[in-house]
Amino acid sequence: MAIGNIEVLKAEAMVKGAVAASDYLIVLPVVTCFIFGAGLLMLRKRIDWHPWLAIPGFTLLFGIDVALLVKVAAQGPQTMMMGGWKPPFGIAFTVDLMGALFVTVAGFVALACAIYAVASISATERRYGFYPFLFLMMGGVSGAFLTGDIFNLYVWFEVLLIGSFGLLILGSEHEQLDGATKYCMLNLVGTTLFLIATGYLYGIFGTLNMADIATKAAEMPEDGAVYTLAVLYLVAFSLKAAAFPLNSWLPASYHTPRFVVSALFAGLLTKVGVYAMIRVLLMLFPPERAGLASVIAWIAGLTMLVGALGALAQTDLRRLLNYVVIAGIGTILAGLAVPSMTAVSSALSVADPATAAQSVAAPAAAVLQTGLSGSIYYALHSIVVMTGLYLAAGTAAYLAGSSSLAEMGGLWRRHPLFAALVLVLLFAVSGLPPFSGFWPKVALVRATITADMPWLAATILVSGFLMTIASARVFALAFWRPLPAIQSAASESEAARIEAETFQAPGPGRALSLVPMLGLISFVIAAGVWPEWLARLTDGAAAGVIDPAAYLSSVFGGGS
Amino acid sequence: METALSFVVACLFGTSLYLLLSKHIIRMLLGVVLLGNGVNLLIFTAGRIGPIAPPIIPDDLKIPDSAIANPLPQALILTAIVISFSFFSFLLVLAYRAYQDLNTDNTDEMRLAEPKDQGLPPLGY
Repeated sequence: MAIGNIEVLKAEAMVKGAVAASDYLIVLPVVTCFIFGAGLLMLRKRIDWHPWLAIPGFTLLFGIDVALLVKVAAQGPQTMMMGGWKPPFGIAFTVDLMGALFVTVAGFVALACAIYAVASISATERRYGFYPFLFLMMGGVSGAFLTGDIFNLYVWFEVLLIGSFGLLILGSEHEQLDGATKYCMLNLVGTTLFLIATGYLYGIFGTLNMADIATKAAEMPEDGAVYTLAVLYLVAFSLKAAAFPLNSWLPASYHTPRFVVSALFAGLLTKVGVYAMIRVLLMLFPPERAGLASVIAWIAGLTMLVGALGALAQTDLRRLLNYVVIAGIGTILAGLAVPSMTAVSSALSVADPATAAQSVAAPAAAVLQTGLSGSIYYALHSIVVMTGLYLAAGTAAYLAGSSSLAEMGGLWRRHPLFAALVLVLLFAVSGLPPFSGFWPKVALVRATITADMPWLAATILVSGFLMTIASARVFALAFWRPLPAIQSAASESEAARIEAETFQAPGPGRALSLVPMLGLISFVIAAGVWPEWLARLTDGAAAGVIDPAAYLSSVFGGGS
Repeated sequence: METALSFVVACLFGTSLYLLLSKHIIRMLLGVVLLGNGVNLLIFTAGRIGPIAPPIIPDDLKIPDSAIANPLPQALILTAIVISFSFFSFLLVLAYRAYQDLNTDNTDEMRLAEPKDQGLPPLGY
């Protein structure tokens, strides 16, 4: 290589001039989390300050996320290159509509959990670093949603994982150690699989920038090497998303930490896996994803049924919710299983190849977009509803003194407002109108039927029906019926004594725990009664993933 | 050279898989270490074994004057080593603590979080 043209090379590799100030918005969610996480770590002796610094911190994070979403919705995907290197040399942070939606909802539930934790996390647990871990984990989650570099995505997975380890064993109870051992081991294997796939990907494509990979993969022949990559990523992200048959770590661990930690895990961590799966399989390897569509359909169907049946078989409220999370993951995956244009057009093109391929290609892409839009909508709904349900379970267990459905009861009579809020969440998670779970399911059922997969549509409906039964059981047993101990009491005075002993009067600060629930439920109702605004955003997000032209031009076009 | 290294990676993966399938946490941890090293070697091999000159650019130049080794896989491996080491340390402490508290490192006996004889959930109201 000639040495003389240094200036030309530099001009080609480096971005000229300073990065625009507004571009820093793209990295601000991650930066905010780490500044607050590190700051709170330094203030570890002032435990009493932590909540009052963390709540403004999470409010700020949510505000930045919303600003980013507004900017991306108005101007299309945004890219910031690290260190001023031009793509594909530098690490890119690229945020498109899907990433912005996920990061905003993640910031929303993190804020809800930070407020809920004020009353429910004791000073001792705060001393072990609850809030710093929360910020570090949110930094990892935000980074995973914003990055445009696949190795960087792996690093963010590890960052959020190490933060989640700290939260998971908060309290060091025996059950937590047991659950954490399994969670840590299996998640480590999952991220290692991710790393293996990324190593192969680098060997095949020679690049790690997602936009660059998408460009090169489109020119690459559909061969075994890229299929191997797609399958490896599918397995790795299925493990992270707790899809059947790789779901065993979730019911083993998610019920052991503090309720608020469970809430954040159930809401966010599995959805990061789903997000990565959509990003990698649909944006980077669309033909291979279409080839694997029937496998994904089987995974989705079985995950839905395992989740719904598992939820029916549980006694403990939180272990029941673990399976509800899994059923939600199955529903999300159903939208990823819709065959794209190649599969449908080749099936129909037997009669008249030329015209059939022409006429079917456009509607088939529209079907995939409907399905994917439903998936993203359902994922956002699931983040909010699962967080809300675990928080509600925490409050219910605190009020009734137990989280076992065999012992709970009478909450409806003692706390009618709280019970009504929980009923909204239970309706939403079952997919009943007028709440947020209904519309994405309509989109998913329509997409799967149009794509000629009636059995998958039927599975979505059957799983929804089983979830309705499971939710009804929760409400009937824990809220509606009288306390079982009172029913078996010998006399009325004894019954009154049992009731007084069982039910906790809501302590100081406990009223604060209703605030995050009200916030989450207002989203559930807003997204259920006025679905158009969110559906428009998820439609745009799905279109941006299926046809990443805007994403690519954001990375290679501006380069700033 | 790449072929030979692929076989080494295969051996490391095979051994670590065997160890990971064991019931005892300590064996699984050894499997995790081998898995991490196997992946590092895999990334190294995937970056191709090319020129061996270190990727250092002389002071008076701004681009290398001869063929150099590919530095990117080494940067990736460095990141992966740091991460896998920190994870291994955490897992080691966690396993030791679990062994102290639960008196076993056999995963079949670690059933506290998911007890075996749970009984049926309430069937009526």
